Amino acid sequence: MPSITFTQPSGVTDVVTVQDGTSLMRAAVTNGVDGIVGECGGQAMCATCHVYVRPEFADVLPEVGDDEEEMLDCTTAERTDRSRLGCQILASADLDGLVVDVPADQV
Amino acid sequence: MSVVIIGGGQAGLQVADSLRGGGYMDNITIIADEPELPYQRPPLSKDYLAPGKKPTPLPLRGGSFFADKKIELRAGVAATSVDRSARTVHLADGAALPYEHLVFATGAANRVLACAGADLDGVHGLKTLHDAERLHAALTAARNVVVIGAGFIGLEFAAAARAHGCEVTVLEFAPRPMGRALSPAMGKWFTSAHAALGVRLRLNEGIDHFEAGPDGHVGAAVSTIGTSYAADLVVVGIGVIPNDILATAAGLATANGIVVDEALRTSDPAILAVGDCANFPSVHAGTRIRLESVQNATDQGRHAAQTILGKPAAYAELPWFWSTQGGFRLQIAGLSAPGDETVLNGDPETSRFSILCFRDGRLSAVESMNSPADHMAARKLLASSWGPAPEEAATPGFSLKTFARESLLGSTQ
Repeated sequence: MPSITFTQPSGVTDVVTVQDGTSLMRAAVTNGVDGIVGECGGQAMCATCHVYVRPEFADVLPEVGDDEEEMLDCTTAERTDRSRLGCQILASADLDGLVVDVPADQV
Repeated sequence: MSVVIIGGGQAGLQVADSLRGGGYMDNITIIADEPELPYQRPPLSKDYLAPGKKPTPLPLRGGSFFADKKIELRAGVAATSVDRSARTVHLADGAALPYEHLVFATGAANRVLACAGADLDGVHGLKTLHDAERLHAALTAARNVVVIGAGFIGLEFAAAARAHGCEVTVLEFAPRPMGRALSPAMGKWFTSAHAALGVRLRLNEGIDHFEAGPDGHVGAAVSTIGTSYAADLVVVGIGVIPNDILATAAGLATANGIVVDEALRTSDPAILAVGDCANFPSVHAGTRIRLESVQNATDQGRHAAQTILGKPAAYAELPWFWSTQGGFRLQIAGLSAPGDETVLNGDPETSRFSILCFRDGRLSAVESMNSPADHMAARKLLASSWGPAPEEAATPGFSLKTFARESLLGSTQ
């Protein structure tokens, strides 16, 4: 199963093993990773599972969908070209070793 | 010194989380009457019901949260009474918990259908994880589904049942779907949209009674106009009633929920109420209301924690809501009211548009279909009171997103 690292603004990291097909948001919430809220339950409706994906993994991620694109414009922490919604990224073997940074604020 | 929270839903957990986040160091106990690790309800009527293997619930917080934050979770036990003079909550297992502050986050219970046959096998409600598990299993074998009530839950379930290939009929006694929450224009659009999904939506037609099939299981639903619909699975979604019985028994003021002030305190200032069970003064509605939504639960949870931490303020967060039904993603910002003027942005034929609602010339709510940018712009505008005038919103090419960017930038200069 792919292993995903969540890095907090403080530098603290959580390494989470995620089942294929499970979203990064669900994996983070289930494993108690601070700073990933997922208030809408994974429907790209609330933008509270915002993460910054490290640039070296940009190529292995799925494209940003229309809904995600629009919601990313409204994140609490600043949107950058590394911004994604954790609920829209499903774990797969390609993502093994992925590192994402958790923003300071989600709400 | 301690806080006791009755209720393990979004609101209750948020109170506890925000208390710890705000530096509260004393005991926090959450009493949850369901036995599971507290979980998110909204997916239960949506993703959770999708065809496929049995899904796993999405927890509200990970299992380690409670130990990490030193929050005691007492799951699977009900609070049975509150002794306000002794500041003690009594539980069904005999425990007695003292409190300095008590929070009711007791949510709401499904309104029960009282007609003949409503207790037959195959007639379900949808509220808990247990309900959703039973329905997920039942949908794999169901052929003819009848849904009572065209509210959010009923229509979300109807769309899910269509995805399982079931024949679906929805009975709604009112003239339009989701009438309590949506403008007539959006309700009309949903009527067509569900017809396109293959849902038979029968308006102005309620349930009269159910009839059993030969096996004693529900076999048919007979409507108020005498039409009989074959049914092997029925879901009743006719609204909820606030869980305020315990509060009433404790002598707190209740009236369609537990009555709270602007800082979410009940008639006893040591006791607060948040979320679905709280009847609060809303600056957005201009009157007392009770809201059933994730936004209201979490924002009131955060707010109540501040009150307990000695920083009471007037609760004024903007209400917002969402629903997904088939491929239709509805987002609502603000509170519309009957008689609001409406302006359409976008083309309903493309299933991508927004309806802007105005009251006395001011933006009151925005209902967006598959248009998250409009929704998020509306949330900013409604929270800031910088909305467009209806005439401006009706100008060809008007974009809520552009308007929000320009007016909100202007307001900070």
